[in-house]
Amino acid sequence: MSDLIPFIVAKYNYWIYITLMMIGLYAMIAKNNLVKKIVGMNIFQTAIILFYVSIGAKKGATIPIIEHAHGDAHGAVSHTIEIAHYINPLPHVLMLTAIVVSVATLGVALALAIKVYNRHKTLEEDEIIDQIKGI
Amino acid sequence: MIWQLDLAILTLVVVCAIAAISVKDLLGSAILFGAYSFMMCLLWAIMGAVDVAFTEASVGAGVSTVFFVAAVFRSTRRTKD
Amino acid sequence: MRMIALIIIVLSGGLLLYATQDFPQWADPASPASLHLSPHYIQKSMEETSVPNLVTAVLADYRGFDTMFETTVIFCAGVACFMLLRISRQTPEDRYYRHISTGVTIHIKDGGKIPDKSKEFERIDTMWTPFDLVIKTVCRFLIPFIQLFALYVIAHGHHSPGGGFQGGVILGASIILLAISHNLRTATKRMNEKLIGLLCVTGVFIYAGTGALCLLIGLNFLDYSALASVLFLDPVSARSFGILIVEIGVGIAVMATMIWIYNNVSSAGKYDEGL
Repeated sequence: MSDLIPFIVAKYNYWIYITLMMIGLYAMIAKNNLVKKIVGMNIFQTAIILFYVSIGAKKGATIPIIEHAHGDAHGAVSHTIEIAHYINPLPHVLMLTAIVVSVATLGVALALAIKVYNRHKTLEEDEIIDQIKGI
Repeated sequence: MIWQLDLAILTLVVVCAIAAISVKDLLGSAILFGAYSFMMCLLWAIMGAVDVAFTEASVGAGVSTVFFVAAVFRSTRRTKD
Repeated sequence: MRMIALIIIVLSGGLLLYATQDFPQWADPASPASLHLSPHYIQKSMEETSVPNLVTAVLADYRGFDTMFETTVIFCAGVACFMLLRISRQTPEDRYYRHISTGVTIHIKDGGKIPDKSKEFERIDTMWTPFDLVIKTVCRFLIPFIQLFALYVIAHGHHSPGGGFQGGVILGASIILLAISHNLRTATKRMNEKLIGLLCVTGVFIYAGTGALCLLIGLNFLDYSALASVLFLDPVSARSFGILIVEIGVGIAVMATMIWIYNNVSSAGKYDEGL
């Protein structure tokens, strides 16, 4: 027990990301309403994106935009660029596109939910299954 | 990075997420999801991922909330859980 | 169902929590993710592409192929929404008109209508819609500035946070704001369905066309230094300009897709009245 607390304190970020991920997964499995399931899917997505972005973080580093003087011609940066001075940009790039794709998939998911509602006049999963079995 | 600020926003994010999936009204769920996205955007800004934070502020907190509200408007607010 | 879900999330969550002890320390500069590829991006991208914002440089140049297909995915999502929801057949419906000078509301049943060009009457939605001068005027003032900011975000993505995705979403949001503050018909009059579909394709075409142009000139697909001979620049500046062209393409595609999805979802495919 005594060595568990420093372990949690050192990595509390990761623990909270996993909590968020599990909240999203729970909503996707257990919730009965289709829009609630879509909300859960988005929470799951953002939790994973959060985890990826946190991999690129560096202690004591600044945002990934190279400092340059106004008159610098291209390539002629006067000082040498230190790697430890800038945050790793690669996870940011991958996740930036993932966010925009997530809103596109959200649009498709909501379109499907509206289609289901127009046909069955309900968004609850068990009522929809009952209607399908009843026919 | 200031760890007190980080921990406070992480707590708020978890609270918003739990509230968004447990509230008994889909419109409220959509608005709470917008709040969740905005908290997430703050978290990324603290981490130094400015581009990702900008994208999340415009996409997650802006457009996807509008999509949710539009879909709820076209279907129903009622939910059992 | 609830019990099964709880068991699943406890099991998988426990496994993931157990795995955290193998993760590198929080914000460790020597973590494996920061050792292999990113040092090259950080050190060389300024002299290879002359773009200070590393995220833009990696997004549109080093990983340009990736971003091209992300844009295509967004385009496909827009088309999927359109295919799922759009209803072309119009049944006769009730319409509501408001007499502008007196505010009297008229309800016409069974497909009858007042000519749309009529100056005394304006068509309103079937839900209760009050005449809201403040909201309409404020939004009308605000929208040009939002659009100007979006163009700045696209054009200044080389030096500050921003780029095609963000700027495109903000441009789309400005049209969505017009649709919310007035009504959907006003927005579709400004930007109709055909134009939206055309812009969607144009954005993806600009991106892929830039790559194909590089191929035609004789270098690899999406290697923008080939554009030097077309733009009369040195190869490094040509890469910077290539990124700008590609970002404009992404911005157009994303803007059109956001408006398209909104129009389809908010009117359930009928395009007559929205949120």
